Amino acid sequence: MNTQVTIAGVTLKNPVMTASGTFGSGMEYSEFVDLNRLGAVVTKGVANAPWPGNPTPRVAEVYGGMLNAIGLQNPGIDVFLERDIPFLKQYDTKIIVNVCGRTVEDYVDVVERLSQEKAVSMLEINVSCPNVKEGAIAFGQKADALFDITKEIKRHANQPVIMKLSPNVTDIAEMAKAAEAAGADALSLINTITGMKIDIHTRRFALANKTGGMSGPAIKPVAVRMVYQAAHAVGIPVIGMGGIANAEDAVEFLLAGATAVSIGAMNFVNPYTCQEVVEGIERYMEQYHVEDVKDLIGAVA
Amino acid sequence: MKQKHTAKVLSQREIAPDIFDMWIETPLAAQARPGQFVGVYPEDKSTLLPRPISICEADADRGALRMVYRIAGAGTREFSGYGEGHEISLLGNLGNGFPLEEGAGKRVFLMGGGIGVPPILELAKRLEAHKSIIVGYRDAHLFLKEDLEKYGAVYVATEDGSAGTKGNVMDAIAANGLEADAIFACGPMPMLRAIKAYAAQRGIPAYISLEEHMACGVGACLGCVVKTREIDHHSHVHNARICTDGPVFEARDVEI
Repeated sequence: MNTQVTIAGVTLKNPVMTASGTFGSGMEYSEFVDLNRLGAVVTKGVANAPWPGNPTPRVAEVYGGMLNAIGLQNPGIDVFLERDIPFLKQYDTKIIVNVCGRTVEDYVDVVERLSQEKAVSMLEINVSCPNVKEGAIAFGQKADALFDITKEIKRHANQPVIMKLSPNVTDIAEMAKAAEAAGADALSLINTITGMKIDIHTRRFALANKTGGMSGPAIKPVAVRMVYQAAHAVGIPVIGMGGIANAEDAVEFLLAGATAVSIGAMNFVNPYTCQEVVEGIERYMEQYHVEDVKDLIGAVA
Repeated sequence: MKQKHTAKVLSQREIAPDIFDMWIETPLAAQARPGQFVGVYPEDKSTLLPRPISICEADADRGALRMVYRIAGAGTREFSGYGEGHEISLLGNLGNGFPLEEGAGKRVFLMGGGIGVPPILELAKRLEAHKSIIVGYRDAHLFLKEDLEKYGAVYVATEDGSAGTKGNVMDAIAANGLEADAIFACGPMPMLRAIKAYAAQRGIPAYISLEEHMACGVGACLGCVVKTREIDHHSHVHNARICTDGPVFEARDVEI
């Protein structure tokens, strides 16, 4: 049985990775999950300087999911290179670094700092975080802005570039095509869906930021639809995510056209989810006599 | 080592309106320290995230943990319906716990307010010190008071004045003329702020247990942060993670 998939020339041992921001840099969950079993670890977003993030409360539960407005708190590229990359290098898994910034220059700064890091297999560019005022989603909601930043990042990147797309757009296929036209090597989607929760007893917002990004199983049908639309609009690989709780959900994304999948909020619900999805995909392949996991990609009739 | 476990409910009863007292059988009891907490998962899949609940007592011999919690929403309401033998899924043990060595042999205040009273019980049991246990309640439902009396002198404050000193725990300190060299506390934010100010004024340390909405409970999501005086070791931005760097902090080190 073959579970390997290849994205932009990088071969993953299986199509299961972590969703940025839900897994830190792997350290916290390494107590629960054997990182060697994962196709890749996608890190929490890294900027060119430390970011403090938003005030609390930063998280709130909603029906079948959650809202978050962390605001991309991160220690910056210096600490990341010194601490997190050496930690991840100990494992036999691919490292994909998620990059965030307020300006194009910020992104380029981080991309250049990472360019000589041989341990970093790919870069994922976060142009879709809904929780910061500048940068991020501002680049991800207009096709021309997405095209421009993708093009600029590609000029500086040494590793393949994955553009992480926002679901908070009218036409996901148009955004996918814009990123591809600018030279993106792959796409990942969906980032969280902007939401809001109000406490009716206190008449206050549940989050200090008022709005937050929704994730969890409740968003899965939206994510499957968008992955299907994006994968059918472009020729580059698509990494699918949004509410994946188990191997069945992961297979659904593969059938919709995803080459790989990421596990996000469900890590919080079951810290063993990533590994269970890896093992569950193998069982699914046995059950349905699938020799090669690539045969599942886009195989919906 | 943190683990996700299936535990069994040994007993459960309501000890005050909406306050439940549950004993569960779990190997997590052996390593549990006072001030730590567990994440308890509801079964209802519409409520996904683990509920952080403080450890009230840990009985290593019986392999049992005691959780005393208030119904605060759908998840804790579900837990309150569990009877003996019910299987319950939990993540533990989480957080740092109270630093017992900082109170050993000293005159200490152990202070709990409302649903912050439960973790004070295991602390009172383990801490070898001259203990004044000061607990604040809304009314005369003085849950856990009798358990606490086994481990030190207990002083009560109630908001409605129906038992002990009328007012809060700070009023009970004044009314009883109590003194301490160190404070250990868990309770609502206004109480913790008052304790921080009191400790600063007297130049004594106060170890306060904080709470915040959290998702993962293991330090990955960065949901439950508190502003810190010094640069934090994780993100280097003056934001400590309550779930892993805390929940207990020296009051001087956090901005609350």
